[in-house]
Amino acid sequence: MQTDTIAAISTPLGEGGVSTVRISGDNAFQIAKKVFKPQSNKDLEKMKGYTAAFGKVYDGDELLDDAVALVFRNPKSYTGEDTVEISVHGGTHLIRRVLRAVTSAGARLAEGGEFTKRAFLNGKMSLTEAESVMNLISAKNDRALNIATKNKEGALSKKIKAMTDKLLFLVSQISVFSDFPEDETLCISEDDFLTSLKEILIGLNTLISDYDKGKLIIEGINTVIVGSPNAGKSTLMNLLSKTKRSIVTSIAGTTRDVVEQTAKVGDYILLLADTAGIHQTDDEVEQIGIEQALNRLDTADLCLAVFDTSVPPTEDDKALINRIKNKPTLLVLNKNDLLSSGGEYYEALDIPFVKISALTGEGEEKLVDEISKLLKLNELDPNAEMLINERQYQTVQRAVASVTEAISALEGGITLDAVGILIDDGLAALLELDGKRITTEVADEVFRNFCVGK
Amino acid sequence: MQTYIADSIDVAVIGAGHAGIEAALASARLGAKTVCFTINLDWVGNMPCNPSIGGTAKGHLVREIDALGGEMGKAADANTLQSRMLNRGKGPAVHSLRAQIDRRDYSAYMKHTMEKQKNLLVRQAEIIALEKTENGYELTTSLGAVFKAKSVVLATGTFLKGKIFVGEVNYDGGPDGTFAATTLSESLLKLGLPLRRFKTGTPARVLRSSINFEKLEKQEGDEKVIPFSFETETPPENTVCCHISYTNDATKEVILKNLHRSPLYGGVIEGVGPRYCPSLEDKIVRFADKKRHQLFIEPCGKNTEEMYLQGMSSSLPEEVQIQFYRTIEGLENVEIMRPAYAIEYDCIDPIALFPTLEVKGNAGLFGAGQFNGSSGYEEAAAQGLVAGVNAAKFAKGEQLFHLTRSGSYIGTLIDDLVTKGCADPYRMMTSRSEYRLILRQNNADERLTPIGYEIGLISEERYNKFKTTLEIKEKEIERLENTFASPSKEINEMLKEKGTVPLSTGIRFADLIRRPQLSIADLLPFDSEHPDLSEELLDKIETEIKYSGYIKRQMATVKEMHRMESTKLDVDTPYNEISGLRLEAREKLSKIKPLNIGQAMGISGVSPADISVLIIWLQRKGN
Repeated sequence: MQTDTIAAISTPLGEGGVSTVRISGDNAFQIAKKVFKPQSNKDLEKMKGYTAAFGKVYDGDELLDDAVALVFRNPKSYTGEDTVEISVHGGTHLIRRVLRAVTSAGARLAEGGEFTKRAFLNGKMSLTEAESVMNLISAKNDRALNIATKNKEGALSKKIKAMTDKLLFLVSQISVFSDFPEDETLCISEDDFLTSLKEILIGLNTLISDYDKGKLIIEGINTVIVGSPNAGKSTLMNLLSKTKRSIVTSIAGTTRDVVEQTAKVGDYILLLADTAGIHQTDDEVEQIGIEQALNRLDTADLCLAVFDTSVPPTEDDKALINRIKNKPTLLVLNKNDLLSSGGEYYEALDIPFVKISALTGEGEEKLVDEISKLLKLNELDPNAEMLINERQYQTVQRAVASVTEAISALEGGITLDAVGILIDDGLAALLELDGKRITTEVADEVFRNFCVGK
Repeated sequence: MQTYIADSIDVAVIGAGHAGIEAALASARLGAKTVCFTINLDWVGNMPCNPSIGGTAKGHLVREIDALGGEMGKAADANTLQSRMLNRGKGPAVHSLRAQIDRRDYSAYMKHTMEKQKNLLVRQAEIIALEKTENGYELTTSLGAVFKAKSVVLATGTFLKGKIFVGEVNYDGGPDGTFAATTLSESLLKLGLPLRRFKTGTPARVLRSSINFEKLEKQEGDEKVIPFSFETETPPENTVCCHISYTNDATKEVILKNLHRSPLYGGVIEGVGPRYCPSLEDKIVRFADKKRHQLFIEPCGKNTEEMYLQGMSSSLPEEVQIQFYRTIEGLENVEIMRPAYAIEYDCIDPIALFPTLEVKGNAGLFGAGQFNGSSGYEEAAAQGLVAGVNAAKFAKGEQLFHLTRSGSYIGTLIDDLVTKGCADPYRMMTSRSEYRLILRQNNADERLTPIGYEIGLISEERYNKFKTTLEIKEKEIERLENTFASPSKEINEMLKEKGTVPLSTGIRFADLIRRPQLSIADLLPFDSEHPDLSEELLDKIETEIKYSGYIKRQMATVKEMHRMESTKLDVDTPYNEISGLRLEAREKLSKIKPLNIGQAMGISGVSPADISVLIIWLQRKGN
């Protein structure tokens, strides 16, 4: 049985200089030949890999456009299969016609992520590299792009491999122990064993803690804006998101439900939620809004609590501070443009704060710095390798659990043959992380969300 | 030569060494009319090397052979001179039984057992030709007798084109003065079998009275001997003592000075020797920084003064042997009775075999033992049993069987051989199994006796007895999980003495057993309700309770492997047409023809990505 040949548009849709359809699979050349006629007498099937031919693309008898066909030969292509890329002039309609011509000629439309899936299955990239392709495509900002690029280049793979190698060494030592249990000079000592395991654990734990921070960078920081009515929450939201989605009036209680907005602030993505001002009220509609705001507070990564420093703190303000003081909160002391005094109460609270004028934008940079410090994003090495999705995270968690258990078993006097099982489990998790050990469930899970064309 | 038709039989076994014996007995016991051929009827079940059975990982094999209904464990128990459970206190996965054996008595026991076996004839004859016919195979003896057989087991050991090397001297021959089978190889090559040369060797046998034992370290047997066979009721007793000595700088010097006279280093021997059982000259060259090498001095039997020098095999000239043996403490005046020698022989590249041990492309032809590239009596017997059962099944037209890697060391041994192949004579090692804690020597019966029963090698009576014991064990584990030890002065004194925390409230006995410092025997005096159980059963119970968490974890891995092993692959899967498979994987898979995904995963050169491609291909094909 042969693998069928797949095709998809591999450039962004829209008006651009050039658009490309990629065809990959056993019949890529035959299918391409049906739609592409070279100007010279070149035969696509006989062309060398990495060479191009100029010609015309047809849908049946109908001429569609001039085109360039680029030939890649198995295994030297993105997917590792025979591949032809047909490029025509940019334009959504035209490229769709080309794709249709290709599918009429026998190719199947690629499923989401199928090219990358094949690349992985054909051994062209490791699992973490394949996963980072997905992140690369959907990176929302420079920091996320940076992490995805590093992983695509295999930085994470290398780090995992270093730890895998250390575990493999311990496994080999257990083999020596199993084969020659009476010769104690052959195997490393239990102390060295423990030291090694502890080193591995530190490495794994760094990956775990970086993941939480990295996730904030890649997926955005879930941010809730809270504060008394008319403290300036919506003005802050509009300032950060550079739109006027929240209606700003001087009438307190204007925002009644949660208004959401994605904002790029400095290097970070804030998933902002502007909420109803939290205060005692009898207004039923406003009350529902306030409850929603409180719910948001529980799940947020970051709370921006806005206070109007032009007026003294009210009882409502003090109640709010009690609510948020144990959460990752930044006090945003607003209305510095009106009166610079009055913030002393907040500044003395031992909660990080920043003074800004939501109206003029003064203090915005400082706000970014404070967010970074508060969430310890500044401690994240921008060049460090990082786990990028929940699957990777869960797998490393499994390895952490196994190694932790192995350490306590060894310290508790359990024999090496049993400790070896825990080490095997940890090793299995790390191998699975990078696809060196594969189950179909993992492969399907990983590739389900891939975008078409890559 | 004029030939005559001698007989028409179901199964022919060529060779009556450890592989041939198990193959012939299993086949005959399954009701197949069986003839076992041997070049010399006086050397049935010979031990041309160590006068011992078992050892690390090998002991596991013997227990497994016994659990399946084989003979080796019983024969060993009946002829034990000394027995030891190795690695006690090192964890249950590595406990292994090893026994010194009276080699002449062992041989006589095996010969007699075969002679008494219904459906079996042991016949002294050299098979000089093996030909495929429409209905099976024809075997011709050197005296012109032709036997027609439906299936054949090749268990030729070191006899196939055997060649002996002692220094510059070499000649055709089998072990211990027998002659070699020099012509059979031609028939095998004609049948397309990929033959190659392997080499092994053995140390000298020396005269007991020429050894000065006073200088030597003693090695006694266990106080309480555990038998190999699950059926042996009265354990054998220790009647002999072994001794330990070491090589020294003088030994090394003699060997290095004479290295050029070794056929191994002179390039005369082309066969590959066993990595894990090297000759002394090999050890001295390869481990140049090691100051000394250990040797064990072991008696060969009750009725002989021959002593075996374990660890001292060599192919150096006789006079060099005398010289270097005499450098060793205690052996200053040693007299050699038989010199050490190396032997080179033909064997098959086991990649040519299925896990059933059937030769690919030659239905009904099976291989076992050293012929398959292994080394060791136990490895040979294990394969002999599998090959014999399958030869009988083949003759009867039944489906062949194979053992899994996750279920036994035998399965692991065979899977390693046929899936990975071997570059040197394959020796069973504990580390070869990924499932060590589950494949213990003390639970071989639980893992394999049901299979032996299903095959037909385990009697109804033995099977029922096995099931009863199993029930007793499970009931006792449950009792220990639910019975509390209460704090008392006595128990707390014991606990303190063992270096563990004393009790302040009641605690389950099972939880006390789980403490690494305690054994089940420590607790018996404080457990008034405990039933009277055998030491073996107590050992089993203790292991299962103490390591329950670890066993459970490994069981999860085993289950995963079972899933892979139960995803079957067709022998004629068109690997060359499955795109996505890398070229190397296509070649290896086409050659090895794995029976299932589990086996395919073990092939070197087949990556996890290739396995994904195969799984996906199977799924698509299924749809």
